[in-house]
This record gives sequence, structure tokens and C-alpha cells, in this order.
Amino acid sequence: MGAAKIAIAVSLLITMGVLWLALSGHFHDPLLLGFGLFSAAFCVFLAWRLHILDAETSPYHHIISLLVYLPWLMGEIIKTNIIVVRTVLSPDMILTPRLVRVKHLPRTDLARTIFANSITLTPGTVSIDMDADEIIVHALLKEMVNPADFANMAARSARAAGENPITTDEGKAS
Amino acid sequence: MSTVLEILHIARFGLAGVFLLGGGFFVLAGAIGVLRLPDFYTRLHAAGVTDTMGSTLILLGLMLIAGFTLLSVKLALVGLFLFLTSPTATHAVANAAHKAKLKPLLGTYRQTRKGDNEGGSQ
Amino acid sequence: MIFATTLMLMGAMTLMLARLLRGPELYDRVLAVNSFGTKTVLFLCVFSFLIGRPDGVDIALLYALMNFIGTIAILKFFRYRALDVALSRMPSRNTRKKAGAKS
Repeated sequence: MGAAKIAIAVSLLITMGVLWLALSGHFHDPLLLGFGLFSAAFCVFLAWRLHILDAETSPYHHIISLLVYLPWLMGEIIKTNIIVVRTVLSPDMILTPRLVRVKHLPRTDLARTIFANSITLTPGTVSIDMDADEIIVHALLKEMVNPADFANMAARSARAAGENPITTDEGKAS
Repeated sequence: MSTVLEILHIARFGLAGVFLLGGGFFVLAGAIGVLRLPDFYTRLHAAGVTDTMGSTLILLGLMLIAGFTLLSVKLALVGLFLFLTSPTATHAVANAAHKAKLKPLLGTYRQTRKGDNEGGSQ
Repeated sequence: MIFATTLMLMGAMTLMLARLLRGPELYDRVLAVNSFGTKTVLFLCVFSFLIGRPDGVDIALLYALMNFIGTIAILKFFRYRALDVALSRMPSRNTRKKAGAKS
């Protein structure tokens, strides 16, 4: 058990403890605080037994780039929401559903996950199937399958996961 | 001094009301969409409206009412869980339908006020 | 305004029940159940504010997690017709790659 694994275990323990405090609301009773600490430590022990204590358990080194990505995603969600609601509530409903394949995905698993989840989170596009090098996307309107938009979102989600497609050194700094 | 506080108080609850009613509107619009749209894959998009915009607005409105308390933290956790699980659940349903070879409706679909539908041309 | 939001959520839940009963495909029904669950979570939050007992938010938190697990369980059951399928036996990206290399 190396030093990196112990750091991950401690960060998981702190997260569990903060979650327990927020959900229970007991701050003063030492007995209950002890029980909370015990249950948090037991969860970390179970995670260790399950062999899932790896870098994915504590994704804290990407948190700044994720916080930069989130406002842009919220803006996109609001824009597409208004389009979808207007389409659905108009009396003469005109739909142009499309099924497209999006290629040129980000490389790392985390960046791919963020990209596919972002596609699904913006209403009007849903990622249906994912393969090693493409995502099949269903879109409600044909204006939503512009390849430049997908490329932009892929580049942004790659940056959010700490992966920089152009210069590899800059992404590690944050 | 007290008038400034009163104005802030009114503004806070007014904004909370706008958020709550806006969230309710988006949830209703999503439900109408799920009932109205023609096939399964298009209904997914309408369900997404409820999951993202509706839940975010309603939880933000409730957090404004609750103020800086532990309750707001819990509401934020509810929002976080919904934000993380809803795209996964949507993708799981869509992927299951796709794997079961459910054909999507493609091309141009029109539904006019008289109720006559046309479309579904490949 | 909290009361109006509660009424709107109840209306949306009724519409979702209509889709649940009408839905021609199994997947329409699963989608309706999942969306109904999301609305239930929001309804629990708003309703606990309406009656002034904020404990309902804890139940909403639990319901959000159980709704997700329930949806995944239903989909898994109808795909494999069993729930005791080990994760390691499901086809993943890595195993598919390995199978492709072998053949």
C-alpha cells in the first residue's frame, strides 16, 4: 500500500466525514460524532476491500477545470431547453429527428464520460450508444447536429478533464 | 437600515417565487412533451427538460427560501445527485432501446392543429 | 407560490402516469417511471417546505438514489432476464477488444 493510496484513502475519509456531518447535523455530541467517524472509516475499509481505491475515487485534482466548464454547460443547457420547450408547446409541432455519429472523441475515459454526459444533459441531443471511436447521438431538430458544436463541446470537456489536445504541458498546471 | 433589509427580504422571496414557478413551468412543459411527442427517442428529449432545468430552478428557489442553513446543503446534494444520475439513467434507457433494435422515427414529422399527422419518412 | 408549484408538480405527475399507462413500448414505460421518480423527488422537497417540516428533504435524497438504482435494475433485468449477472461477464470495451484480437 503506497503513499498515493493512503492519500486517496484519507481524502475519501474526509469526504465521507463531511457528508456525514452535512446529512446528520450533529456537531456537538461526542458519542454520535464517534459513530459517524466509525461509519466513514468503515466505508473506506469496504472500498479498500473492493479494490476500488484508485485515482477515480478522489477526482479532486480536476476540480478547478470542472468549475470552469460548469457555467458554460449551464448556459448551453438553458439555451437548448428554451428551444425544446418552444418546439414542444407550439401548436404546429414540426420535428426533424436525426441520428448522427460523432467522431473525434477525447482520449481519456474521464473526458469521454464528461462529453457523453454533456450531450445527454443538453435537451435535444441524447447519446444513445458509445463505441471505441464514436458516439451515436439522437437529435430532436436538425439544427442541433452541427458538427462544429460537437467539436467545440468535445474540446471543452477534454480541457475540463485536464487533458489538453494542443499543448500537453498546460493542462497539468491547474 | 431596516428598509434596506426589508427590500432585500422581499427581493429574496420574490426571486424564490419566480424560480419556483419557472421550475414548475418547465416540469409541466416536459410532461406535456412526453405525452405529445410521437416516438420513444423524441420523448427522451422532453424528459430531459424536466431533469435539468425544472429540478435546478425548483431546488434553487427552495434554497433561497431556506437561506444559509444545513437544509440548503441537503437541497444542493439532492440537486447534485439528480444532476449526476439523470443523464446516466436517460442514456441507459436509450441504449437499452437501441440494443433492442427499436427503430427511431427519422425525417420530418408534422403535427398540425387539426390532429392529422404526417411524417416518418426515412 | 409554494402551493402553486406543488399543484404544477402534481399535474405533471398525472401526465406522466398517463404516458405510463399508454406507452406502447416497454422503454416508454421505463422512461415514464424514471421521470415520475424525478418529479416525486422534487415534490417531496417542495411539499416538506409547504407543511413546514424539512425532514422530507432527507427522504427526497434517499428517493433520488433509489429511483436511479431501480431504473438500472429494471433495464438490467429486461436485458439479461436475470439480476445475478456478474459485472465481469457483461461485455465491456476491454473484453470486446480482447475478443477482437483473438479472432
